[in-house]
Amino acid sequence: MGKRRVAIVGAGMTKFVRRAQETGKELAYEAAKMALDSCELTLKDVDCVSLGTAPDAFDGVHMKGEYLSDGAGGWRKPIMRPYVGGGTGVFTAIHGWLQVTSGLFDICLVVAEEKMSSCYPHPAGAFLTIFDHTTEQPLKPNLIWIFALEMRRYMETYGISHRDIALVSVKNKKNAMDHPCAQIPQEITVDDVLNSEVLADPVHLLDISPTSDGAAALVLASEHIAKKITDKPVWLDGVGWNIDTAYWATRDLCYPRYVEKAARMAYEMAGIKEPHKEIQVAEPYDPFDYKELHHMEGLLLCGKGEAPRLTAEGVTARDGNLPICPSGGLLGVGNPIAASGVMKICEIFWQLREEAGKRQVPGKPKVGLAQAWGDLMQVGTVVVMRR
Amino acid sequence: MGITEKINRNIDITSWKGKIPVNYIYTAGIAGEKFFREIKDNAKIVGTKCEKCEVTYVPPKIYCERCFARLENYIDVGTKGTIHTFTILHENLDGTKKEEPTIIAVVKIDGTDGGLIHWLGEIDPKDVKIGMHIKAVFKSKEKREGSILDIKYFKPI
Amino acid sequence: MNNKKLNFKGTALRSSDIKEKKVLTTSWKPSLQYAWDDGVAIGRYLKELKNGKIIARKCKKCGRIMIPPRMFCELCFRPTDEWVYVKDTGIINTFSISYVHWDARRIKEGEKPFIPAVIEIDGASEGMGILHVLGEVDPEDVKSGMRVKAVWKSPEERIGAITDIKYFKPIIER
Repeated sequence: MGKRRVAIVGAGMTKFVRRAQETGKELAYEAAKMALDSCELTLKDVDCVSLGTAPDAFDGVHMKGEYLSDGAGGWRKPIMRPYVGGGTGVFTAIHGWLQVTSGLFDICLVVAEEKMSSCYPHPAGAFLTIFDHTTEQPLKPNLIWIFALEMRRYMETYGISHRDIALVSVKNKKNAMDHPCAQIPQEITVDDVLNSEVLADPVHLLDISPTSDGAAALVLASEHIAKKITDKPVWLDGVGWNIDTAYWATRDLCYPRYVEKAARMAYEMAGIKEPHKEIQVAEPYDPFDYKELHHMEGLLLCGKGEAPRLTAEGVTARDGNLPICPSGGLLGVGNPIAASGVMKICEIFWQLREEAGKRQVPGKPKVGLAQAWGDLMQVGTVVVMRR
Repeated sequence: MGITEKINRNIDITSWKGKIPVNYIYTAGIAGEKFFREIKDNAKIVGTKCEKCEVTYVPPKIYCERCFARLENYIDVGTKGTIHTFTILHENLDGTKKEEPTIIAVVKIDGTDGGLIHWLGEIDPKDVKIGMHIKAVFKSKEKREGSILDIKYFKPI
Repeated sequence: MNNKKLNFKGTALRSSDIKEKKVLTTSWKPSLQYAWDDGVAIGRYLKELKNGKIIARKCKKCGRIMIPPRMFCELCFRPTDEWVYVKDTGIINTFSISYVHWDARRIKEGEKPFIPAVIEIDGASEGMGILHVLGEVDPEDVKSGMRVKAVWKSPEERIGAITDIKYFKPIIER
C-alpha cells in the first residue's frame, strides 16, 4: 500500500480537572507545548496539525476547531479537525498517522482538548442533543440511560454481577493515585461502588468517569525523521476504526462488534495474530467500569464474557499479565472527552519507553494498544503501538 | 415508491420543534484574568509581547501563536488606537430597525498588533474614517465588573 | 525523562470560585430553537402514531422490517420497498431505572424514577427495538424479556409524536 512507518516521538498533557481556569485555547497550548518540548522540537518543525475536540455544545464555542487552532499550534499551518464523538481522541491520532504515512507531511502535531465545565446546568445536558431529535429527545433521555441499558444487556447475557464490574472502578481509581494529572484518584472498595448513589440502575455514581477539562497532545514523525529526533520512537504500527448502525437500539448491545472490526483492522496492519498473547499493555476506553470489560472482549484480548474473570484474578492489575488501564483510565484520571483518548496513547507511549514512573508496568513491554469509543454507542477507534 | 416517494404539497411537510436548553459560563482564562482585572481595577489595557517575533498581543495571550514561546510579561499598552476598519449597523439582531445606527470598529491599539472589536461613540457615523485616532472611554470604576463592556466605547481624540 | 519530572499544567477551580466571583467569567444563555424536518419516513411514522398505530418499513432484499422506518436500507444500501403496520406490543430487551433527569438533576424525593427501556416491537424484525419508557409497573418487578404494550394518549391529545405513546406497560398474562 506504500505506507510509511510513523512514530510517536513526543507526548504531553495537562492535569485533568473538573473546572479549569484556563480557556480551551490555553489548555490546548499547555499540552501541545509540553509534547513539543518533550522531543525538543519547536513549532517551526511542525508540518501539520490534527486537532480533536468533541461536540461544540460542551465548550459552548461554535466552530471550536477554528477557536482552538492557535493554541494547538495551527497558526498558518494545514490543520484539520476529525470528529467521532467519544472516539475522537484516538481517531485524531489515527488522522495524524494518515497525514504522515501518506507522505504528505513529516511531522504532525496531534492535539485534543475539551472544556466541559462551561456547560450549565450540567455538561450532561449537552448530551441530549446527540439523541435523535424527533424519535428520542422528546423522551428527555439522559446519556447515562444508554450506558445503563447496555450494561444490563451485557450483565444479563453473560451472567455478570455488578460486583464483578465494580472491580474495574476500584482498580482504575487506585491506579490513578500514581498519575500526577488525575482528577479523582481514590482508594475505594467494591462495596463503596455498590453503595454509591444509584443514578440509572444498574449504573451507580462510582461506576462513572467524571466530566472534566483538559488537553493532551502527541508529536508524530515519519520513520527517517523520527530516528533523528529520538532513539526511543514508539511506532504506530496498526490503526483501525469502524462504525456500527446509527439505530443504536436495533443492534445487540451485549457485544461491541464495531470495536472488534476496528481491532482486526489494526491487528492485521501491525501483524498481530494472537492479540491476547501479543498485546502486553492496553488502555481500552473506560468511561464506565463495564465498558473496560466490554472493550477488552471487543479487542479480542479475551473471550466474550470473560473479562470480569481476568479482572477478578488480577490479570489486568498493573503488575498482572495483561495490565489494563495502568494510567488509571477515565475512571481515575478523568474524562475530557477527546483529550482522554489521547491521554491513553500518551500512557502507552510512556509505558513502552519505560518512562511511566510509579505507574510503570513490569516486564519491559514492547507492544501496547489504546482504544476509544464513541458517537452514540457505535464507534471504535484503535491503535497498536510498538517500541 | 421508496426513496423517490415525494411530498407534493407543502402543507404535508412537517417538522419537530425543539431547543438545546443549555447555557454557558466561560472563565476568562489565565491571560484573560489579567486583561479584564486591569480594565476593571485600573482602567488600563494590557497585552503580552513576544520579543523574538516582535508581536504584541491585545488581548494578551499566554503564548506566541507564531513561535509557541510562553509569554508572561504583561505590558500596559495605553488606551489609544486607530480605526483599522469599521461598519455602521442599522438593524438589530432580529432584523428590526435601530433607532440610531451603531458603529462597530476593529481598533488597533497603538504600538501593538492586536485588534479589539468595539463600539465607537461621540461621533457622527458620516465622520468616521479608517485610520482615525481614538481612545477608550471607560465606565466609572464602581460600574466596572471585569468585562469588555467596562469600556463603553472608543471616541475620537 | 520520568513522569515525576514533568511539569503538568492546569489550574483547578472550585464552583465557589465562580459563584463568589473570585475569577472573572462571562456567561451566555443561547435561545436557539430548531425545527427539524421530519422527512418522509419519520413524517409517516409520526402521522401513524397520531392515529394510534406504529408503522415500519420493509426491505424486500434483506427482508428486514425496520423500525423506526427509513426510506433506505442501510445494509443493502437501496430504497426500502413498502410500509408495514407492526403491533403496539413488544418485549423488553434491556431497561434501566433512572433517578436523574436529562441534565443530571436528581428526581425529587418521593418522585417515581423513570424506567427507560429498549423495546423490541412485535412484527418488526428480530432485534428491532426503540427507546421508550415503562409505566404502571414497580421498578423492582421489571425484567428483561417481559412482554409490554403501548399505553396511548387519547386521540384528542395525540399530536404526532413519539410521546403519543405515554409509556409501555407489562402485559399481564392470564
